[in-house]
Amino acid sequence: MEFANSFYFTAPEVGLTVSGLILLLVAAFVGQKTTRLITILAVAALFGAAAFTGNLLTNSAFELGADAWGGLYRMDAFGSFAKILIYLATIGCLIVTPKFFEQTAEYRAEYPILMLFGAVGMGMMVSASDLMTLYIGLELSSLSSYVLASFIRSDMRSAEAGLKYFVLGALASGILLYGMSLIYGFTGSTSYIGIRTALEGGVSAGSMFGIVFLLAGLAFKISAVPFHMWTPDVYEGAPTPVTAFFSTAPKVAAIAMTMRMALDPFGGQIEIWQQIVIFAALASIIVGALGAIGQENLKRLLAYSSINNVGFILIGLAAGTEQSASAMLVYLAIYVAMSLGSFVALLMLRDNDGNQLETFADISGLSVTRPALAWCLLALMFSLAGIPPLLGFWGKFVVFQAAVEADMILLAAIGIAASVIGAFYYIKFIKVMFFDKPADVVVAEKSSARWVVLGLCVLFISPLGYLATLKLGEFADRAASALFFII
Amino acid sequence: MTGITGIGIEHYLVVGAILFVLGVLGIFLNRKNIIVILMAIELILLSVNIQLVAFSAFLNDLVGQVFAMFVLTVAAGEAAIGLAILVIYFRGRGTIAVDDVNRMKG
Repeated sequence: MEFANSFYFTAPEVGLTVSGLILLLVAAFVGQKTTRLITILAVAALFGAAAFTGNLLTNSAFELGADAWGGLYRMDAFGSFAKILIYLATIGCLIVTPKFFEQTAEYRAEYPILMLFGAVGMGMMVSASDLMTLYIGLELSSLSSYVLASFIRSDMRSAEAGLKYFVLGALASGILLYGMSLIYGFTGSTSYIGIRTALEGGVSAGSMFGIVFLLAGLAFKISAVPFHMWTPDVYEGAPTPVTAFFSTAPKVAAIAMTMRMALDPFGGQIEIWQQIVIFAALASIIVGALGAIGQENLKRLLAYSSINNVGFILIGLAAGTEQSASAMLVYLAIYVAMSLGSFVALLMLRDNDGNQLETFADISGLSVTRPALAWCLLALMFSLAGIPPLLGFWGKFVVFQAAVEADMILLAAIGIAASVIGAFYYIKFIKVMFFDKPADVVVAEKSSARWVVLGLCVLFISPLGYLATLKLGEFADRAASALFFII
Repeated sequence: MTGITGIGIEHYLVVGAILFVLGVLGIFLNRKNIIVILMAIELILLSVNIQLVAFSAFLNDLVGQVFAMFVLTVAAGEAAIGLAILVIYFRGRGTIAVDDVNRMKG
């Protein structure tokens, strides 16, 4: 019975793994002819997993969550919420991809399969309730990401991005693992419950070191300052659809994993990690805002923007209450839509020869030559800057509200002040598009799949999106309370 | 305490910490060759394995050794992917010197 239940709770991961393996065999035996079919099947598998996870999230029988596989894996509303975001983001990135490789390089069947395995790993990360499961999930998603970053073999920037990502990612995994080994040694357990119980009896110096190492490794994975230096290079060098993927799905997974880690096993030791998280949050917001100012490359600019956004999300973590956890999840959902939309819009910037355009000079005067694209980008940039009535404002609002109610008024005030600096480069983006002399290099985008994804993202962040906040807030609340239930 | 008389858990921890620091320094201070960075990464993972196995023996708990097995397996996969990326990089650039990894800056 326990075995059957475990299979049922992990069905999204099991299903995705099996379909990934089958698709891999198909690709190996039939060859690259089937790439398009494999992409469609991978999207179908992800839709299936998302639907099943949605069912787990809405089913009232599982409101309190349940353990699977002898406590290695936890099925609860928090994991389900994050997983739905991850699967939807992966689907979005996957369906805008084939068009990109038509022009620049050969599209290979490994691409959708790697994304699929990456999604499995991320699902494991957010649902893990044991350090071992966490590590395996993290490595599964990281190893897929390294390969995806260097996917265009003929492009040297892609290979360099892959190399940098690999070296720094492996270092971060090493730091994380070192922390895990210390935690295991000084608490005698690798399960979250065991660690939590052991730490209640007092925190030894060894486990304190362990917590700090763990946080450093996690900060790298979510690209928080001071472990952010890989982000701009990797985002710029990786193929644009892969960058879109990096800035959405793995980010959700890493932040959700950090939340569960900080609030579940170390939930009783808030005073130890709170200072570190506050520092990382403020430093991320400020570095993200200042670093973006001089950038000419749009992908680099959006990389700094993602560092900036991680800072705002970490403000919620620093508050460490149930309300702030719920606010973080709302922010994450909105951030995924904004980020995915921006990168899909960047994907649409191509010239006559099919080359990808990615600098400010290329989008100059876009509103005259490609008005639809320019207006979509306008909405996305204003939303990222947090200007009402767009939904990006709502995300910032709930996070700051949670921080204020947790008596962290100074933190919230500095955050709000720094978000004004950030608004500078978003508005520069809009100024270049709307008020500069038209460069007229961008050709019209014909791919309807891209327009659909971009349209959905823009619709979600438009004022109409507020209609969804009620439902979104309800699910986020349920997810946050599942996170705090475990005591 | 089990093991040879006089050798306690702290000795293993010191060895683990030294190997870990050597690995991290190997990544940051190395100005020559990317292969050295890959070896430094392996060194970090090995230091973790030493710690896990030592803790496992001293706690009388098998979980640490199971964990070490997982780490070994993942380390093999990681090395394979690292070398594969390195080969692509070398084919394009014709060099694997650390100082030449600078196509992007800013």
